[in-house]
Parts: sequence; C-alpha cells; structure tokens
Amino acid sequence: MKTLLIGESREGRLLNATYELFGASEKLKSEPILFLAGTEAGLPSYAGTLYLADAKKYGEYNPDLHKNMILQVVEKENPDYVVFLHSSYGRDLAPRIAASLRIGQVSEVVDIVDGTFELTCCNARMHRSVRVSTPRAVVTIQPGAFSPIRPGGTPLIQAMQTDALSSIEFAGYEPAGPEQIDLGKAGIIISAGRGIGTKENTALIWNLARILGGEVGASRPVVDAGWIEHSRQIGSTGQTVSPELYIACGISGAIQHLAGIKNSGYIVAINKDRDAPIGEIADALVVADVTQFLPALTERVTKP
Amino acid sequence: MKLLVCIKQIPDMESQFKPDESGSWFEESGLVYRMNEYDDYAVEQAVLLKEQLGGEPDLTVLSIGPDRVVEIIKKALAIGCDRGVHIHDPAVAHKDPWQIASLIANFAKEQHYDLIFTGMQSQDRGSAQVGVMAAEQLGYASATTLVGFTYHEGLITGLCELEGGLKGIVKLRTPALVTCQSGLNTPRYPALPNILKAKKKEIRTIPASDLSRAAALTATTRIFKPEKKGSGIILEGDTSTLADRVINLIRENTTLLR
Repeated sequence: MKTLLIGESREGRLLNATYELFGASEKLKSEPILFLAGTEAGLPSYAGTLYLADAKKYGEYNPDLHKNMILQVVEKENPDYVVFLHSSYGRDLAPRIAASLRIGQVSEVVDIVDGTFELTCCNARMHRSVRVSTPRAVVTIQPGAFSPIRPGGTPLIQAMQTDALSSIEFAGYEPAGPEQIDLGKAGIIISAGRGIGTKENTALIWNLARILGGEVGASRPVVDAGWIEHSRQIGSTGQTVSPELYIACGISGAIQHLAGIKNSGYIVAINKDRDAPIGEIADALVVADVTQFLPALTERVTKP
Repeated sequence: MKLLVCIKQIPDMESQFKPDESGSWFEESGLVYRMNEYDDYAVEQAVLLKEQLGGEPDLTVLSIGPDRVVEIIKKALAIGCDRGVHIHDPAVAHKDPWQIASLIANFAKEQHYDLIFTGMQSQDRGSAQVGVMAAEQLGYASATTLVGFTYHEGLITGLCELEGGLKGIVKLRTPALVTCQSGLNTPRYPALPNILKAKKKEIRTIPASDLSRAAALTATTRIFKPEKKGSGIILEGDTSTLADRVINLIRENTTLLR
C-alpha cells in the first residue's frame, strides 16, 4: 500500500502538522510519499521522495495549479490513499482531487481501524465508521488526532511543474488586525461560549476576569454573534493559549476550540450538559447553568 | 444574472443523539430541525448581492431532503430568495457527499447560474465536500470558507479563513461557487410582512431520482456515541457548594487563589 501525503507550508515555513500525516500513513500500514507546495528553505525531515511545487512560482495556495500537480503525482505513483490535513488548505483541495479521480473521500478522520475510517459528527457528540467503496480514497485527518512521526533524513526532491491555467488568483495574505489582543501569555483566561445566552451575560465573564486578574476569551459563536470582539477568539482559527487556569463558561467544546486550549494548565468547564465534548479535555466539569454558577463563584473569590 | 443558494436542514446540535434502527444514522424522531448555521450566512450573502445589484438577479434557494425541509426553504424565501426548489429525497441521510453534489450539479447544469452559494459544511456531517464537488462537476471556479465577499462586474474577491487569524485573499470570475463561513455577514431575521409575501412564492418539487442515480463512493457502516476518554472529574450539586469545591480545586491544582 502507498499513501501520497499532502504537506503544508505557510509563509515559507513547513507546518509541523505535516508530520501528523506520517502518523496516519502508519495507521494505514502504507509507504508514504510526500507532495508539498513550499520552498527549499522549509523542507521536512524525511528521507523519501518529495514532490515539491515551488511556492514562489505556484503559490502556497492555488487550488487549480496544486490540483493539477497532485494529479500528476497520482498518475505516476498510483497511491492507494491521498491524505490531507483537515485544515483550510486540505478542506479546500481534497474534494477537488476526489472529484477529479471520482474516488470516495472521508473527512476529518480521527482514527483508522483495519481500513475503516472513524469520523466525528454532530459536533463530536457522535462518531461514524465509514468505508470507502472505491479502490482508492482521499482522506483528510483531524489536526491533533494522529501522533506525529518525524521520519528523519533529507528528502529526494522531484521538482513539479505545470502550465495549467488557474481559475482562481491568490492575491496574498491578510494578517490578523493590529487590534489583536495577545492572549498567548495570559496566565488566567475566562472564556465565554454560546451557553452564556446573551450579550448582557458576558458581564459575568468580564467581572470574574477582573477579580481574578485574568483575560477574557471567547468561542467562535460568541464572536460571530458580536457579544465579544473578534480579537479574543480562541481556537484553531483564532488564538492558541496556554494559561495556568482556563475557565470555559458555556462552551460545548467544538474540536476547533479544544485545539486552541489543550496546552492549558488546569481547565474548569461549566456546562449544563454533562455529555458536552468539553468534558473530554476539562480537568473539572461543573454541571450547572453558567448564569447561576458564575455569580456564586465570583462572590466566593471576593469574600473567601 | 442568476443566483443559487443551497441550504441544508439539520437537527439542533445540543440534542441527545442515539443510533436509529439502521445503526448507520441517528434517530430523527423527537429532534428539533433548523437551517444549518453556515447556510444562514450563505442565504444572507446571496440576498445582499441581489440587493447590491438593485434586485435584478433571480435568486433560487435549493434544499434536498424529506418533506420537512420545506420549512427552511420558506425561511429563505422570507429572507429574500425569489423561488424555491425542493429536491425530494427521504433517504438523503444515507447518500454520500458525491451523490448529494451530483443532485445539485445536475439540477444547476440546466439553469446556468452565474453564482452559487453554499455553507462551508453542514453541522451534522461536516464533510465540507458537497459544495466543492458540485463546483467541480459543473466546471465552476470555487473558493471556500469565505469570511469576506465583494462582487463587481463578474469578479468576486473573497477572504478565505485560514488558521490562526490569517486570511487569504482570492479573486475568481463567474460562473463560480463560494462556500460561506460564519461571521461572513450578519444574517437577518425574516420580517413578518416578508413571511406573508413568501407564502406566494413558488416552490418546485423534483424527485431526487429524476436528477441523479450516481452510485455512492463511501458508506457509513455504523454510528455510535464515542467512548468518554476524559479523565476529569464531574461536579454536580447546588451552586454554592459547587463554587466552594471549584475554589478548592483551583487552589490544589494551580498557584492561584492562595
């Protein structure tokens, strides 16, 4: 069996998550080969064949050109699996490859057991086992679900080329705004989730943060609703944090949020639902309504 | 100009899910259904574009599923879509993304839409495949996970959400398909007069079997509640006792509150 792994680089640097693809390849009991749109300055530690698309020429993101080059590698190597990260890049590109090859795709895979893929669904409240009916498959893996493997060594580079036309122009990156608040160094973070209920209730979060000397964070739905500013969003599309104490208030625990808080020292989660996925990562899950529990906790902190 | 927005009806994600008799999908009875969150943003963006162009574009909303999906088609019509298409398919939950994309593409092929909007994924299955696969089948340019969208004379400029707060700027020309991320805009609530007006708008029903008989490329063999792996403790009881216990835990496990 052979897997074609699709690595990623961002702004000239290899993404470390690329090594998780090697972990998935091992679970598939396959020989890995690698495709990467990157530069020679950011090569992976891996001794096999690297099909390298020069990111200076073809961009770090260009679905049409990258698709064309990946299909060239597929034609030449005939891999059993084409494996992507379930990242912005992989989510975008994987279905294009699957559709071009008319082969099945499994998305956001968290485990592989005897060739059957395990996927999450319904906000991680359920899992599905999925089999692919075609002889080959496209797979995207959930970031963090597979242990990274650093094969070591220097890759044998095969430079890729294409003169395909692109229907989409990548005009560069727009950086995070200057108003960005850096939560990365905060020692205490009190974070609000949808379970807080209303914008007014976020006062409970601000109040506790002030008394504890911490920062306020938020999950995506709270930011989208405009209850707390965008620059305080925590998770894979926001900031990654590592406070000594993280208090998650009414956050159900979507995987994107968990990815941003997993390096926290001690996690207290407050949630009405004892089955909420945040329980998978919390050191203590308080089964309660945040709007009732937070005033009680704040009072205890002020008047011990 | 012709616009299409594709929407899905999904159960409330806070529901208690359990496997149904087939063992490969969840029990649907007793669940409360609503529009997929990302599709709210897709509908809003399509209506905003129609408004930007002085109301000229003809905007169709499409949904696939059993009878109940008509509810969200009606909601989209009340928000500002002109006509609805219901691809009737009681077994849609057992179709794979390729089959669902084939239904959309085969319907859209005849209609020559300039621009198609979808959500970036569904909240229940979350494959993030259907929109892009439909675009590939139609030969349309596509961009995904948009948190910014502008349109000027056939040119779309999109902001694609990447990781860590970074965004990618992309430009593409119609005909095209874009998938919408939450935060792209502020979805409106349908106003009462528009809900009444929407009742007069046409909803065309097409049996799924008339559009596509594509075979599935993947199959769900089992759906199940994942085993709990968390090693944390669970605290229950009255609020003031819980507050005391949490403070003690923070003292024991951190350097804080001492």
